[in-house]
Amino acid sequence: MLDLLWIVPALPFLGFLILALFGARMPGKAAAAVGVASAGLSALITILIGISFISSPPQGRVYIQTLWEWFNVAGMNPSIALRLDPVSLTFIFVITFVGFLIHLYSVEYMEGEEGYSRFFAYMNLFVGSMLMLVLGDNLILLYLGWEGVGLCSYLLIGFWYKDPENGYAARKAFIVTRVGDTAMAIGLFILFTELGTLNIGKILEQAPLNWAVGSSLPVLTAALLLGGAVGKSAQLPLQTWLPDAMAGPTPVSALIHAATMVTAGVYLIARMHVIFTLAPVILTIVGVVGALTLLIAGFSALTQSDIKRVLAYSTISQIGYMFLALGVGAWSAGIFHFMIHAFFKALLFLGSGVIILALHHEQNMFKMGGVKNMLPVTFWTFIIGSASLVALPLITGGFYSKDLILFYAFSGERANHWLYAAGLLGAFITALYTTRMVVITFFGEAKTHLHRKPTWIMEVPLIVLAVLSTFGGFIELPDTLGHLTLFSGFIQTILPANSAEGAGISTELILQIVAAVTVILGIFIAYLFYYKNPEKVASFRWSSFGNTLHNYWKKGWGFDWLYDKLIVTPVVWIAEVNKSDFIDLIYTFIAWINRVFNRAFSFTQSGRVRWYAMGIALGAIITLTIAVFL
Amino acid sequence: MNTVPMESGLILAGILFILGFIGVLVRRNMVFILLSLEVMLNASGLAFIAAGSRWVQPDGQVMFIFILAMAAAEVSVGLALILQIFRDFKTLDADAADNMRG
Amino acid sequence: MILLWLVIILMAGGIAAWIAAKWNVMAARWISLIATLVDFVLAIIIWVEHPSGITLGANAPWLVDFRWNWIPSFGISFHMAIDGLSLLLVLLTMFIGVLSVLTSWTEIEYRAGFFHFNLLWILAGITGVFLSLDLFMFYFFWEVMLIPMYFLIGIWGHENRIYASFKFFIFTQASSLFMLVAIVALYFIHGKNTGVYTFDYLQLLGTALPPAAEMWLMFGFLIAFVVKLPIVPLHNWLPDAHTEAPTAGSVVLAALLLKTGAYGILRFVIPLFPNAVRDFQVPGMILGAIGIIYGAILAFAQTDFKRLVAYTSVNHMGFVMLGAFALNELALQGVVMQMLCHGISTGALFILVGALYERIHTRDLNKMGGFWDQIPRMGGVGLVFALASLGLPGLGNFIAEFLILAGSYMANNWVTAVATLGLVASTIYSLRIMARVFYGRKPKIEKHIPDFNVREMIIMGSLIAAIVWLGVFPHPVLDTSRPAINNIINTTSQSSSMSNLKKPLLPVKTGTTVQLAGKSEKGGAR
Repeated sequence: MLDLLWIVPALPFLGFLILALFGARMPGKAAAAVGVASAGLSALITILIGISFISSPPQGRVYIQTLWEWFNVAGMNPSIALRLDPVSLTFIFVITFVGFLIHLYSVEYMEGEEGYSRFFAYMNLFVGSMLMLVLGDNLILLYLGWEGVGLCSYLLIGFWYKDPENGYAARKAFIVTRVGDTAMAIGLFILFTELGTLNIGKILEQAPLNWAVGSSLPVLTAALLLGGAVGKSAQLPLQTWLPDAMAGPTPVSALIHAATMVTAGVYLIARMHVIFTLAPVILTIVGVVGALTLLIAGFSALTQSDIKRVLAYSTISQIGYMFLALGVGAWSAGIFHFMIHAFFKALLFLGSGVIILALHHEQNMFKMGGVKNMLPVTFWTFIIGSASLVALPLITGGFYSKDLILFYAFSGERANHWLYAAGLLGAFITALYTTRMVVITFFGEAKTHLHRKPTWIMEVPLIVLAVLSTFGGFIELPDTLGHLTLFSGFIQTILPANSAEGAGISTELILQIVAAVTVILGIFIAYLFYYKNPEKVASFRWSSFGNTLHNYWKKGWGFDWLYDKLIVTPVVWIAEVNKSDFIDLIYTFIAWINRVFNRAFSFTQSGRVRWYAMGIALGAIITLTIAVFL
Repeated sequence: MNTVPMESGLILAGILFILGFIGVLVRRNMVFILLSLEVMLNASGLAFIAAGSRWVQPDGQVMFIFILAMAAAEVSVGLALILQIFRDFKTLDADAADNMRG
Repeated sequence: MILLWLVIILMAGGIAAWIAAKWNVMAARWISLIATLVDFVLAIIIWVEHPSGITLGANAPWLVDFRWNWIPSFGISFHMAIDGLSLLLVLLTMFIGVLSVLTSWTEIEYRAGFFHFNLLWILAGITGVFLSLDLFMFYFFWEVMLIPMYFLIGIWGHENRIYASFKFFIFTQASSLFMLVAIVALYFIHGKNTGVYTFDYLQLLGTALPPAAEMWLMFGFLIAFVVKLPIVPLHNWLPDAHTEAPTAGSVVLAALLLKTGAYGILRFVIPLFPNAVRDFQVPGMILGAIGIIYGAILAFAQTDFKRLVAYTSVNHMGFVMLGAFALNELALQGVVMQMLCHGISTGALFILVGALYERIHTRDLNKMGGFWDQIPRMGGVGLVFALASLGLPGLGNFIAEFLILAGSYMANNWVTAVATLGLVASTIYSLRIMARVFYGRKPKIEKHIPDFNVREMIIMGSLIAAIVWLGVFPHPVLDTSRPAINNIINTTSQSSSMSNLKKPLLPVKTGTTVQLAGKSEKGGAR
């Protein structure tokens, strides 16, 4: 069964190829069929492979399928080879399955758009590249997927290419992530120079043998890899592209900018965990970056009026949790939160997409209101997703995954109480902004009328995702609630386990109660302010202090402004000033000097014979004088 | 027999040469420029003669005959050119023919 | 003999096309197409007959050798030979040659016969440069490719063509005079040392030179090559020449003529003057890094589409310089890939610009925008090659740039770190192409633009196929060039024993083991 692995990424690529070559001449339905079928079949095969992998795991829990050798130069010999292990299996399951649901959803969402087949072509290319990213058995192949998903993100953010704003957002996303990629590329050079290989398995083997813990090389390498990860995963300081990326169609936001691509950074760090363990400083920084990001993004989410931007900031914040988890060494908790987050965040984006489409491409929450009764299915699934996002105790998937992270942050091997506090505060803010979003969007009086109702094509993915984001959490239960470790047991076969020694059941229980109280308190306060007394919030929001704070947060803490002033403006200025290339002036000057001499000498060429005779005579006299007297 | 001292001959040749040269420089009529050139040629010929008689050598006279022959050739070519220029420019002014100005 | 035919067919085809155009212009086009196609097939035959690794001698990388004493009294022979490196470049030459003839099919109406004569003679000159193993002949062909190019720009160029053609001619001619002096000096030094006066490359290899003389002679060669490459600050002829040349001229310039500079560095500078090259390694790499960054910034600022593409060449050729001076197999193989991939991707972009110019009669980016819905095929092709130019994995340029950077990282950490920033810079200008031409709002002047026709899709299809093939399965190419590259590296490492070097050898990796020689000098980044 496992030898079918190559089909999983091959199918979406095939779909892309068909759509790219013949998509323009296909009827829309055929194009959609190709797109959905390739993702769906891929998901089906993934599930079959998953069952086979779990029931009869290969030796060492790693299965490698080599397709062909890519190139071979001076010891650098990456293969086009796929590596399946519990981590990549989790990822490909999420990618193909959520990907398939979103493809299905897009059939209706994108209906009638110009470039319908182009959309599915890009989406298929994305799924294929993302699969290469997580399945790649060497870092160059991972880099191929890494750049490939960046490209698809660029193409899909700028899908509605006629609006220059979209194009700007798309370029910003590509370029900002590319900055991180550059750091990562240098990290790869170090790895290859020092370890002589870029094969993931070999690196994990070789690194501890060659490098001491905390020595400068692994620290440098880990820092550079982290650079790539923060770029792709929109963490501090490269988080600015993600909110703008919401310019793309909503299914794109759901698939690329919530469920899959943005978690590639988490995947990279988990994949290279050995390097990061060798560089404890950087691992701590990973946690700090996560903590800071989740707070900053949380506050920003609190002030947005565009529903997709709320969700975008929420995504940044949730990925911050995953980074926090990695930073405290809770590898499996990070991956677990990735999976649950993929379910509920895709659900929330798709739900918001239904509303946006139903209200005629309206994205401003303050112009929605009262959607509750218009779109009941959407409302209920959205509530389930939101509950999972705020980690409502016991009944949501998000509770179990986030609780695990907080638990390890407090009492794991690399516990740090500051990080725990940040996580807890983050949970409170999450409850605030989520409740605010739900209240403003769904409750109150209707401000617009319903434009169209979604059909089953859009509602089925919502329901499936709602189920998953609730019950997906039950495969990993804490000690206090029955102690089930299906997921972490699965992941920890290849990622190091994190033992929380010294933390007994009582600590865990207290932590859970604290977290639960925080969340419920957050929801309650938000309910009070946004539902019961919205005028109080409004009066604060419009006070001078509140207004300043609001605008500052809304603009994402001024990072865009800072980068614009610090980097973009100077570079553009230099480029503009130097447009005609100042080095050219040197040659223009040489040419000018020649022309000056030319004019001087051509003046002597008067064309008059008598002048020349005079010249000859003078020359003769001077020569004779020199010859006679010297 | 009293011989003229060589210095006198050379000075006369020098004066003639300079007169001819001044003629070349100041006259604009091409016929006169040609005439002045002839004067210069003959001045140098005179210098050869004077030197030849000073050292009692035939070479000076040989050179003079050579110069005479060359002058004849030069005049014929020069006059032909002047004729052609007169036909094209309708003037004998040497400065008018400055088409080669840089 | 087959090598001679490669050149002769092109030269004869050029003359035949010139004569035929007196009666029929189409005949001239067909003759040129057939001549280039025949040569392409011949080159492929050489490739197929000499699969990787099989060479004439055990230690020599040559696949075919042809020699005929031309002027024995001066030690000048007609010596042509081909190894993996030149074979790949000849293949590229013929491939691009066929495409450039096809590109000019409808573009050139004025004096088409003479145009094709010039085009084929440029190709002949370039082929000769790639094949010559006699420095005298090399210089001869070096000049042969120069003069027809001058005519090509000066006669069929755009509005500012006279200026551009003069600039091109003066830059390249002046710089190649330095090389001529260096060639003659090398000839006499070798003659004095050994008593054998010869221009033959193989005999001149390993000439013992005093260090100062070696440095000066290297500069003589290097100047000629870096002007062609070009490297900042000697690049100024390039944007003008590329912008003003007709499409086929730009394609040949960018895809092939620049490669002669890179080829010269690999074939002559490094093997002839290994010690001087090693002393000049860091400055050389810095020049490469400057070229990468500076070219990208300039490309970003341009509003003339063609000029933008021209400056991307400065950016990409910086990688060649960086890799060539890194002096290890990884980087040099990357350089070979970069030469091929840059030839294909930039050639394609120039063809695209030319096709667009034929349709809307402007190259001004401010007058373009939002063309995607009218010309989706052009947009798709433009996207592919913009991505190639920013080094997207899966396309050949990625492998080239990755190998170069990985190799040069081993040679020098900091310079490479700076050069890697070029990846961001090239992203910025490449995306700008898409944003300004195909995306965004339409300009006010609304008119119908026809999309690529069948002829143009054949051109572009073959280019896309080539760049993707190089990106996913570059094995045949890398295997072909490996013996040649190893030979170059061997010449540098052998001679090191004769010189008084301060630095240890650079790590030359074989197999998967890591030689940690030369590590002590790389402490900078730690």
